[in-house]
Amino acid sequence: MNMRSPMKSVLGLGAAKQGSHHWWMQRVSSVALLLLAPWFLLSLISLGDVSYASLTLWIAQPVHSVLLTMFVVITVYHTQLGLQVVIEDYVAHEGLKLVTILIINFVLLLLAVIGVFSILRIAFSVSPAIHLQMGLE
Amino acid sequence: MIQQERPLSPFMQYRWQYTNTLSILHRLTGIFMSAGLLLLVYWLASAASGSEDYNAALNLLNRPVVKFAMFLWLFSFYYHLFNGIRHLCWDLGWGFERAVAKKTGWLTLICAIVLTALTWMCLSLHVYASANGGLV
Repeated sequence: MNMRSPMKSVLGLGAAKQGSHHWWMQRVSSVALLLLAPWFLLSLISLGDVSYASLTLWIAQPVHSVLLTMFVVITVYHTQLGLQVVIEDYVAHEGLKLVTILIINFVLLLLAVIGVFSILRIAFSVSPAIHLQMGLE
Repeated sequence: MIQQERPLSPFMQYRWQYTNTLSILHRLTGIFMSAGLLLLVYWLASAASGSEDYNAALNLLNRPVVKFAMFLWLFSFYYHLFNGIRHLCWDLGWGFERAVAKKTGWLTLICAIVLTALTWMCLSLHVYASANGGLV
């Protein structure tokens, strides 16, 4: 959905070359996390026992796999946007600024991929038969 | 060379007050939680690679240093959440008045502290309840 004003489209992107996109996406991701992050915390609290069996069974339930994937991806995205602003504000040296931002972006991308891969691996390896056995479905 | 008294940049002259304290705390909690993301992904990855690796990870997470960090992450989470809501309200143009901003600032801090304590108590109770050891 395009939430930008027609004026912005007409005037182009401005000196920063990307206008308010960064600022706007920080807000959009924060609203998503407003729902996803408390869901994650409440789930952990209500799960209580975080033994291997109960955690993997919990993750493997389709709704949880999907929401947890969204939580990890959007958290990493929100973190990237936030850390970039902090670095832009406090690192004065242009070269160091660029290198720091690039390193953080690569590390965060790696974290997102590992996180999503792990969730999917658990989701696809815990057999539905176990769910039946545990009386979860 | 004669040293002249040059005017300072405005931010060098600002008095330390609650507005910039809360703002800096928002950034600090955000940066701190970024580090927590490493641990979260490590935890998920260990669960994906089998029960042995997962139990080894749990042992690491149960160390007092990590537990203390978790307590701080919990506070960071609540503070960043509530102050984030405050920021979103400002973006909508609400709550800029000095009295309101001060009130919501205190509310944010108090809510964060209270909920951190409540959640920590909840998680600690689970430790006694579960044989395998809880998260905290």
